[in-house]
Amino acid sequence: MSSTDISINEEVHHAHEEHDHHHEQNFIEKYIFSQDHKTIAKQFLFTGIAWAFIGGFLSILFRLQLGWPEATFTFLEPILGGWIENGKLNPEFYLALVTMHGTIMVFFVLTAGLSGTFSNFLIPLQLGARDMASGFMNMLSFWIFFLSSIVLFSSLFISTGPAAGGWTVYPPLSALPEAIQGSGDGMTMWLIAMALFIVSQLLGGVNYITTIINLRTKGMSMTKMPLTIWAFFLTAILGLLAFPVLLSASLLLIFDRSFGTSFFLSDIYIAGQALTNTGGSPILFQHLFWFLGHPEVYIVIMPAMGLVSEVIATNSRKPIFGYRAMIGSLIGISVLSFVVWAHHMFVTGMNPFLGSVFMFLTLIIAVPSAVKVFNWIATLWRGNIRFTAAMMFAIGFVSLFISGGLTGIILGNSSLDIQLHDTYFVVAHFHLVMGAAAFFGMFCGVYHWFPKMFGRMMDEKLGAVHFWLTFIAVYLVFMPMHYLGIAGFPRRYYNWTGFETFNIFTDMNTFISISAILGFSAQFIFLFNFIYSIYRGRRASANPWHSNTLEWTTPALPGHGNWPGEIPAVYRWPYDYSKPGAAEDYIPQTVPFSQTASSNLPHERELE
Amino acid sequence: MFAAFTSAYIVRREEGNWLEFDLPSILLVNTAVIILSSVSMQLAHNAAKKDNLGTLKTMLLITLVLGIAFLVGQWYGWADLVQHNIYFGGTGSNPSGSFLYVLTGVHGFHLITGLIFVLIVFLSSLKYKVHSKNMLRIQLCTVYWHFLGGLWLYLYIFLRINH
Ligand code: HEM
Ligand SMILES: [Cu+2]
Repeated sequence: MSSTDISINEEVHHAHEEHDHHHEQNFIEKYIFSQDHKTIAKQFLFTGIAWAFIGGFLSILFRLQLGWPEATFTFLEPILGGWIENGKLNPEFYLALVTMHGTIMVFFVLTAGLSGTFSNFLIPLQLGARDMASGFMNMLSFWIFFLSSIVLFSSLFISTGPAAGGWTVYPPLSALPEAIQGSGDGMTMWLIAMALFIVSQLLGGVNYITTIINLRTKGMSMTKMPLTIWAFFLTAILGLLAFPVLLSASLLLIFDRSFGTSFFLSDIYIAGQALTNTGGSPILFQHLFWFLGHPEVYIVIMPAMGLVSEVIATNSRKPIFGYRAMIGSLIGISVLSFVVWAHHMFVTGMNPFLGSVFMFLTLIIAVPSAVKVFNWIATLWRGNIRFTAAMMFAIGFVSLFISGGLTGIILGNSSLDIQLHDTYFVVAHFHLVMGAAAFFGMFCGVYHWFPKMFGRMMDEKLGAVHFWLTFIAVYLVFMPMHYLGIAGFPRRYYNWTGFETFNIFTDMNTFISISAILGFSAQFIFLFNFIYSIYRGRRASANPWHSNTLEWTTPALPGHGNWPGEIPAVYRWPYDYSKPGAAEDYIPQTVPFSQTASSNLPHERELE
Repeated sequence: MFAAFTSAYIVRREEGNWLEFDLPSILLVNTAVIILSSVSMQLAHNAAKKDNLGTLKTMLLITLVLGIAFLVGQWYGWADLVQHNIYFGGTGSNPSGSFLYVLTGVHGFHLITGLIFVLIVFLSSLKYKVHSKNMLRIQLCTVYWHFLGGLWLYLYIFLRINH
């Protein structure tokens, strides 16, 4: 170990010297094929935001259909063209919309947009590194992601429409082009996009992990790292273990679709014709998919948890409550997330005993989750809370995570899930706990780190308006869905007016749709604020939030190499806020104990 | 190396459910071949460490040849399967057979990447660029090659037990 450390220090030093007489980068090197982690982070952020608006727009389209099932949508013809027939949304296109919405949001926004932005931006800055371990791989990771984005985006415009088998692409529906139009070329493009996406994630993940292990500055031991870094670290590990499984599932699906194998197909009749495939098992796909799929939901939420922990501590002006417990619970969640996947499959006819095993394991996850919630609330407790926009989103995150987590415990009971599976209850659960919460984590991150990204501040008032509208809209949209779900209202149905029982929910559906439109509109406030502030925002100081972590010791707008001089060394953990006896209410990590004699605790005296 | 890591995972997860099939006997020969190639690779590595450049080149060449022999052998294995009416896809194929194709195919694909790697190292050894002070490349290559060998061994034993 010691030998590697030495060589790394040399390398860092070397990079530093190089930096001093670095040639000016040209436009392409600087902004397009950049290898600078900050630029790559911004590229991920911009692409993520673009995807979020596309994904959100698709959801508004299908909410229109659900909210006003009898209405005619001729006014959508200019956008949707042939998908509107006689003023009616084409049912298969409805399914395609739902599928693309899910795929875009889960993978392209909340995985790539969230991890891609903040892991790239914060890992080197908070660890005290000049850049990622491999800038080239990092650049490759973004551009492969971009390519994947293009493939998925173009699939929206082909004549048979994009993939339509749901974001989980279960076969046999997704395997048989005869079954539904979207399983033709659209599905092929989905699979290509996903394969590229996975490659991009693996490249990124390897980079995050190596950087965190190898490029920490002097004094930055693993237990002095901010919780954000811990979250990114474990997220990357989850991704590295989980995504290859999705790749293998996709590969088998590709074989089934294009090479006539029957991994997932057996005894199928289409239009009275028997297919030749025998011996396959569609359940096998579900196992493979959810073995990725469940860790994936934590890949989405853990970076948000990290960002929120950091923002809550900073803006409560208090040390995070239970730093080690926070790390422990992240590790606990990571490990458990690999052994609970079958809770998505309670109704696939699995052995009830197996079901109870998975139920037991699933419910255990509630423990580390609750530890985290408890610690966030304890950190807020009697803090000097500053309600910045970032802080409001962080608190909103905690609220949504609790609301959505509680319904998770209900769904985790295999007997209750028989009633609730594939109803709007599930939709409500995961949109609160994953969708909305992760989005709030992302907003919290953008508002908080915007000054470091662009050297300017975002407008706090607009931020507050954005927060309240979004927060209220999210609850107005998803709370009623619980009732729909308990009543048995199924998800992914294009039209429910044919069912007498569900007609009483017409008003509720209209209400949900109106709230969704309200929530979506509110995002344009954010978009305006974001773009306006990049050019016209108030100039930021180097450390506008009086925060302790390393990124705030860089200049207001850090250049290539992050620190103009030497990389600072680290002496203490990142959460010395409001320490009794200290001159100010924060002590950055770079301040040695010898300079803070008045506030040192007994065991810190030795370190002076 | 990391690609190798993850691919191990891919292959391992694909251990799903399969039905009966007869393994082609040539797979046993191939197994022996790949083990031998691992030995020669290790010898090449040791030779490089001792700056024994002559041996290094021969051993790398032997590894290359054995690796190609393995691939050819696998190809014959597939031909054998086809003769016994076990197909990858189409009518009459069943997943147990397809799985065999996928496992060997994915492994074969990685083996090809491994061979390319060995070839690169071999070429640079011809230019005297691999020696005790420049071990990184051959070290990575050796690790990757052993990994591929071990992976095959694992697959083979796995198939034997579960066929
Ligand atoms: C307290 C912890 C949690 C428990 C016990 C839990 C349990 C469950 C169960 C049993 C289901 C399957 C419901 C069904 O399909 O019938 C489910 C669905 C889902 N959960 Fe959770 N969950 C928890 C937390 C989370 C978190 C933290 C996230 C994401 C960040 C999440 C995301 C999802 C998603 C995306 C689905 C739906 C997938 C789909 O069918 O499309 N859950 N959850
Ligand atoms: Cu799950």
